[in-house]
Amino acid sequence: MNSVSGEFGLLLSGILFALGLTGVIIRRNIIFILMSVEIMLNAAGLAFVVAAARWHQPDGQVMFIFILAMAAAEVSVGLALVLRFVRCFGTLDADAAGKMRG
Amino acid sequence: MLELLWLIPALPLAGFVSLVIAGRRLPRQGVAFIGAGSVGVSAVLAMLISISFIGSPPAGRAFSQTLWTWMEVAGLKAGISFVLDPLSLIMILVITFVGFLIHLYSVEYMREDEGYGRFFSYMNLFVGSMLTLVLADNLLLLYLGWEGVGLCSYLLIGFWYKDPENGRAGNKAFIVTRVGDVALAAGIFLLYTHFRTLQIQELMQQVLLQWKTGSVLATAAALLFLGGAIGKSAQVPLQTWLPDAMAGPTPVSALIHAATMVTAGVYLIARTNVLFSLSPLAMSVVAVVGAATLLLAGCSALVQRDIKRVLAYSTISQIGYMFLALGVGAWSAAIFHFMVHAFFKALLFLGAGVVIAGLGHERDIFRMGGLRRRLPYVFWTFLAGAASLSSIPLVTAGFYSKEFILSQVWISPSGGAALWLAGLTGAFLTSLYTFRMVFLVFYGEEKTKVSGNKSLSLTVPLFVLALLSITGGFFETPRTLGGLSFFTDFMRTALPLLHPLNSASSELPLQMIASLVSLAGVWSAYLLFLRHRTFSEGVASSGAGNLLHRFWSAGWGFDWLYDRVIVRPFLWIARVNKDDFIDLVYGGTAWYSEQAHRFLSFTQSGNLRWYAAMLAFGAVVFIALVVAV
Repeated sequence: MNSVSGEFGLLLSGILFALGLTGVIIRRNIIFILMSVEIMLNAAGLAFVVAAARWHQPDGQVMFIFILAMAAAEVSVGLALVLRFVRCFGTLDADAAGKMRG
Repeated sequence: MLELLWLIPALPLAGFVSLVIAGRRLPRQGVAFIGAGSVGVSAVLAMLISISFIGSPPAGRAFSQTLWTWMEVAGLKAGISFVLDPLSLIMILVITFVGFLIHLYSVEYMREDEGYGRFFSYMNLFVGSMLTLVLADNLLLLYLGWEGVGLCSYLLIGFWYKDPENGRAGNKAFIVTRVGDVALAAGIFLLYTHFRTLQIQELMQQVLLQWKTGSVLATAAALLFLGGAIGKSAQVPLQTWLPDAMAGPTPVSALIHAATMVTAGVYLIARTNVLFSLSPLAMSVVAVVGAATLLLAGCSALVQRDIKRVLAYSTISQIGYMFLALGVGAWSAAIFHFMVHAFFKALLFLGAGVVIAGLGHERDIFRMGGLRRRLPYVFWTFLAGAASLSSIPLVTAGFYSKEFILSQVWISPSGGAALWLAGLTGAFLTSLYTFRMVFLVFYGEEKTKVSGNKSLSLTVPLFVLALLSITGGFFETPRTLGGLSFFTDFMRTALPLLHPLNSASSELPLQMIASLVSLAGVWSAYLLFLRHRTFSEGVASSGAGNLLHRFWSAGWGFDWLYDRVIVRPFLWIARVNKDDFIDLVYGGTAWYSEQAHRFLSFTQSGNLRWYAAMLAFGAVVFIALVVAV
């Protein structure tokens, strides 16, 4: 089986992580922020899978299952928060919550 | 019985603690019960103890009781321990008994006041501290009581703290007496560094053994103690605080600023009489301070308009008599006058309190008048106190105590004609200003409407004190009048006696002169302030008279002088010193932390995305550090 070399896999994971982080920082829509967090999680998961393939160990795959379960829980809590957020502020703009100014 | 000695100061202190804890929640009767009751039980105990002390005197005529060791560090040992000897016995009797009567009076007098519980807690703390002061067997415990009474004096002068003037008067009293207290502390340090002990009895024995008469150290220690006594007892040149201290409630003036605390200086000098008798210089300073004070304050009392200020200057003047007696070595005469003065001056203040309250807080004697008919019970008791203060011959206690002082001044080797003449002039001034007050307040036509409060707790103290002011002097009469000497015999073990050199018959002319001078003062007051009012007003409004009037009224300009010489330069230095480089260090620290605060509070923007970016940035920096190192 032709395998992709580990470097490319890690590079892809890094790019995805950076994209996700950029999304979290520059997006104002809270749904998109949540989606960007999902992308970052998946980037981390991909790094685990690549590492597992590189060293022929199952641990990375197991780790990815954990990440999936955690991501599902995070999304359910996150969406509940988003619902409360919209009820409170009537908008999806994350900057609307910036009331606590120092 | 004597073992119960510790209860005497402990009861008022317990009253203070319980009033502080529960004073706000208790009803007024409860506060009055605890406040006056604790001092009352102390007074009863003091009486029982004195009966047992006189009935079966302990060995050496002194009983000491150690409760516990207060501190013991590197050879410095001080205990919470009391000593009861004739001197402290007289002091605790006067303090608890007069204190109880004044507490009883305050139950009614302060009834309408919102700070009822606070008032009684301070008063109880005062009585407890004063008893600690006079019972202390070492100088450190004495100093604790000394500062305790100073604190209570400050708190009670500024009792009506909502008026800033009262707070200012409290501050003045505290700061001026502090000048004396520093001298006293230095005196205690001096004695301790030389003798390595603070026990007063032991110290006095050591002083007698190691220091010669007139030695520099003895003089220095005695003068430092005198400094403390001058501050506390409001003598020249630290007398300026007492007239202003009249800002406090009247019972406070009666208890603290007439009967007890201000005489603490007299007690201190009498207690350390061995030290003072080693230094002729210090003794003459004491006598001269006393004589000067009694004349200055007597003149000032003559021109005051405020009834309480008249009494305040009179107190300063009478304590001047006590200092005069101490200065010539007549220790027991000073303590005798202290006791009698406590009776009649407390009485005069309490009587003045009823008058002031009855006239709706009017304190100007020129707006009073004709109160003889309206307040007969105040008139008669006040008259008894005034007669005692003016030492009306034969019938008053004040006559016997002042006569005792004057005759001792005359016969003492360190006394003499000059000091005796000063005392005599003071006696004339005393009866003149006292009866000026009596005639202006109680005679003449009525000027302000008066309402008299006749409740028992006001009148009983007045009558008891009036009785004591009249009869309190019969324990000690001159040789020409029977020569009773119960008081001096009782005090002999604590205070050495002066022995008269000449015979009894040569005292008679002196006594006649002194009596005539007192009566002449009353007669002049009658002429000047009742019969020929226009004449005295004419003198007061003439050019020189007016000037003298203003000068005396302002207390010989001491306040003005201190303001120019001490207060203003001090404030100027403080203002100039505010921006020096040491302050720049602290100011700079404050400035930098404020800037840092501004910067950090800028990061707390509340912006979610900003936080996320900072989180990521921080993580990157941290990982970079871990990887690089």
